[in-house]
Amino acid sequence: MQSSKTLVTWVGLFVFIGIGGISFLAIHVSNLSANFSGSEGYRLIARFENVGGLKVRSPVTIAGVRIGRVEKIDFDKNRYQAVVEMRINSTYDTLPEGSSASIFTAGLLGEQYIGLEPGGGDEFMQEGDEFEVTQSALVLEEIIGQFLFSKADEVKSQ
Amino acid sequence: MIGLFQSLGDTTLRILEKSGRGTIFLGAMLVGVMEVLRRPGLLIVQIYSVGVLTLLLIIISGIFVGMVLGLQGYTILSDFGAEQTLGVMVAASLVRELGPVVSALLFAGRAGSSITAEIGLMKATDQLSGMEMMAVDPVRRIAAPRFFSGLISMPFLAAIFSMVGVMGGHFVGVGMLGVDDGAFWSQMQASIDYYEDILNGVIKSLVFGFVVTWIAVFEGYDTLPTSEGVSRATTRTVVHSAFAILALDFLLTALMFGDF
Repeated sequence: MQSSKTLVTWVGLFVFIGIGGISFLAIHVSNLSANFSGSEGYRLIARFENVGGLKVRSPVTIAGVRIGRVEKIDFDKNRYQAVVEMRINSTYDTLPEGSSASIFTAGLLGEQYIGLEPGGGDEFMQEGDEFEVTQSALVLEEIIGQFLFSKADEVKSQ
Repeated sequence: MIGLFQSLGDTTLRILEKSGRGTIFLGAMLVGVMEVLRRPGLLIVQIYSVGVLTLLLIIISGIFVGMVLGLQGYTILSDFGAEQTLGVMVAASLVRELGPVVSALLFAGRAGSSITAEIGLMKATDQLSGMEMMAVDPVRRIAAPRFFSGLISMPFLAAIFSMVGVMGGHFVGVGMLGVDDGAFWSQMQASIDYYEDILNGVIKSLVFGFVVTWIAVFEGYDTLPTSEGVSRATTRTVVHSAFAILALDFLLTALMFGDF
C-alpha cells in the first residue's frame, strides 16, 4: 500500500473531479443557470387563441434575440383563451406599449417561441402589462385543411 | 417426482435464508457507520481502492460511449435534418440512463469483484475469525468501510462518466462532423432539466452504488471458505449486480419518468 499522504491526495482529487463533474452537468448541460437568471426581470402577459406547441421555458425573442422565457401557460376558462406569462430580462425594459406578440416556429419541425414586435406607443411596458395584439401559433393541420378546401372550391368552380 | 419438489423446496429455502442473512448483514453494516465515522482513515483507504482505481476505466469508457453516441446520433438525426439536437440526444441518454447504468456495471466488474475476492480470501484464510477472536467485529471493521466507500464513490463516478461522455460526443459531433457549437450546447441546456434529469441520475447512481456494494460485500462475507467458493462468490457478485442494476433501472425509470 502506498504511503497515506499520496493516498489521501488521490482520494481528494477523486472527490474534487466528482464534484466538478456534477457541477459541470448542472451548469453546462442542464438549465440550472437559466433557472437562476429567470427569477429576475419583469413579467408580461399575452393572450392567445392557440399556443400550439409552446412550452414553459420556451424563449421569448425580439429581432431574433432572446430576451426572456415563458414562465407559465394557463387557460382562461371565461374567455377560452390561453394566458401566457413571460419573464423578460430587466436589461430590456424599453418595450413600447402597443407591441405585439406572435408565436413562431423555429424551422419546419423546431421548437416554438414567442416573437415580439415593437409597437409605436410612447410609454414602456411595465410589470404585469398585457399585449394587445397577439398572433396565435400556426397549426399545420389547420393550414393544410384550409388549403384542401380552397383547392376543392377551385376544382368545383372550373 | 418427490425429488423435484424436494429440490424446489430446498432452493426456495436457501434463497430465503440467504436474503435473510443479507438483510441482517446490511443492518449490522449500517450500524457500523459509527465505527466508520470514528476512523475516517479506513474509509479513505477504501475510497482509494474502490473509487480512485476505477476512475481511469470510467473515464476511458465514458469517452468512447459518448463518441459512439455522437456518431450514431448524427447518422440518425441528419436523416431528419435535426443535427442541431445532437447535444440533447447525447446528454439526455448519458445523464438519464447510460451514465448511472454503464458506470454501475463497470463498477460492479472492477470494484465489486475485487471487494468480494478480498473479503472472501480473508474468510478463507481465517482472518475474519481471527478478528472476532480479538473482539474486533469484522462487519464493522472490514465490511462497513467498503460499503460506505462504494456508496460515496458511485455518484461521483457516474457524474464523471456523464461529463466525459458529453465531452466525447461534443468532440465527435462538433469537432469532426461539423455540428454547430452554439446549437449543441444551447439545445442541450434548453432540454435537460436540473431536477428532473440530473438529480434523478444522481439518485439512480446512489441506489446502484448501494446495491452493488451490498451484494459485493455480502457475497464475500458469505462465501464458502475455499478457493472454489471464493471464485464462485466473485462470479455471483458480478452476475447478480448486473441483474439488480438493470432491473432496478427499469423500476427507477418507471417511477421517475413514467406517468404512474
